[in-house]
Amino acid sequence: MTLCNADVTGVREVAQGVYVLSFRNPEVARTVLPGQFLNLRVHEGLDPFLRRPFSVYRVEKDVVEIIFQVIGKGTAILAGKKRGDVVNILGPLGVPFGIGGEFTKAILIAGGLGIAPMPILGEHLRKAGKRVEIFVGARTVGQLALHHLKSPHVATDDGSRGFHGTVVALVESYFKEHPQTDAKVFACGPTRMLEAVSRFAQASFLPCELSLEGEMACGIGICQGCPVERINAERRYALVCTEGPTFDCTTIRLREA
Amino acid sequence: MKTGFTLRNVHFKNRVFVASGTFGYGDEVQNLVEVGQLGGIMTKSLSWKPRDGNPPPRIAETPSGMLNSIGLANIGVHAFIEKKLPYLRTLDTCIIVNIAASSVQEYCDVLGLLNEQEGIHGFEINVSCPNVKEGGLSFGIDCDRTAEITSRLRALTEKPLIIKLTPNVTHISRFAAAVKDAGADAVSVMNTVIGMAVDARTRKPRISTTTGGLSGPAIKPIALAKVYEVAQSVDIPIFGIGGIMTAEDAVEFLLVGASAVQIGTANFIDPSTGVTVAQGIESFARQQGLNDIGELVGALDARRDFSVLQSWL
Repeated sequence: MTLCNADVTGVREVAQGVYVLSFRNPEVARTVLPGQFLNLRVHEGLDPFLRRPFSVYRVEKDVVEIIFQVIGKGTAILAGKKRGDVVNILGPLGVPFGIGGEFTKAILIAGGLGIAPMPILGEHLRKAGKRVEIFVGARTVGQLALHHLKSPHVATDDGSRGFHGTVVALVESYFKEHPQTDAKVFACGPTRMLEAVSRFAQASFLPCELSLEGEMACGIGICQGCPVERINAERRYALVCTEGPTFDCTTIRLREA
Repeated sequence: MKTGFTLRNVHFKNRVFVASGTFGYGDEVQNLVEVGQLGGIMTKSLSWKPRDGNPPPRIAETPSGMLNSIGLANIGVHAFIEKKLPYLRTLDTCIIVNIAASSVQEYCDVLGLLNEQEGIHGFEINVSCPNVKEGGLSFGIDCDRTAEITSRLRALTEKPLIIKLTPNVTHISRFAAAVKDAGADAVSVMNTVIGMAVDARTRKPRISTTTGGLSGPAIKPIALAKVYEVAQSVDIPIFGIGGIMTAEDAVEFLLVGASAVQIGTANFIDPSTGVTVAQGIESFARQQGLNDIGELVGALDARRDFSVLQSWL
């Protein structure tokens, strides 16, 4: 884990309001695993005040990338970064996706900015000898960021590209034609989508890991700000930052969106 | 440069501590912070039994600050003794255990058990948590109950006893005076300020308990005023807390009368803030030609001559 300034190497808009920020940090690039995140301080000022967590999107040599949508003060500052600016990074943090194990096929399901961990995840899975099938959903075609995803199956809510409907409905229709038994599901996206993925995976008897978001400050387990409710456990809550952000879908109860 | 100070029978190597609830039990940050450079660690609040804490969302960012409602989530005193204290004993800094409880008896039980353990240098008593239904702030806004808890705990320990006060009262100095009379060695001023954040679009409060505790630089001016109020009227050592991010912030607290400071919310941004602040205070004091950082305590120049005021531009 490192806490330091990193030099921004570029920011590019890859879809409507969606940006990829890249920065140089050899330690993170060398050690980060799929599903882990960085807690970023976007500037030295006091407003916005807290760090913001971002999944690692891609790694290329010494350069690490995150992807985000501009939704508030922090992401607006990040989108305005230029080559040579700095971001202060803390990470890599959290428990990575479990890519080992018996399964032969990985089903990756992403909703909206839930694509964030998918390029690095797909790459590691393929290196581990798994076949990867990726499903991506967005509200509309302009918000799709499909770069670095191999032959993605696409769904849009408005039907402007690919399957007309939710990404989970697309996965279900794919499974009807291509029944899978030896697969594991990996998903990231809005809570309602993750609930649907979780129901689908459990009904299909497939192991499934979800990557969650949580309002968090520190990212390292000291602020206790990011609980998620556990099922049938001695302790009622797990922390998204240190016990997640990836969770077996059978161990947690997702919060109502 | 003399950096340390003594409280009751314990010497602290410097005047910078980390605030309860912002540093876990010390082990979470061991790779990021040289804790040996801190005056001490105030642990996360402990109660007799483990507490789950409040449902999410527990935190919300606010301008230059944050609102929290953790609800005293903690592992309980027994798990602390078994799992956390052995590690804390290995640290080259003082360990002040913070205690929160729902009844006077629970405070006594927790402190009584901890007082028998090796490696604990003192106690800080949280009578001011705004985020729990039982105990917490209901004690901290009642001067008689606060004094009663203090005297009951005083009878149980010879170690430094620090009472952490809430700003959510009309006259915090009355509480400081009451706990001093009841035998407290020091007060921590202050816990969080009750606050609220609302999402205009969803029309919902941003945290699950509707209101919570505001912390961070947003509350620093309030904290300075509360420390000043206590220092002006009660002769008791004060741990100043509230939005300290830098050494200069910390010096401001010393000047208005704090004997020491605690770094709180800043730890969520950088857990080594306390170390940076301790070093920064020392170099500030050196620049000022001082031999003892204690010379800054209460050294506010309150004469009505503002010709030296710097412009804010």
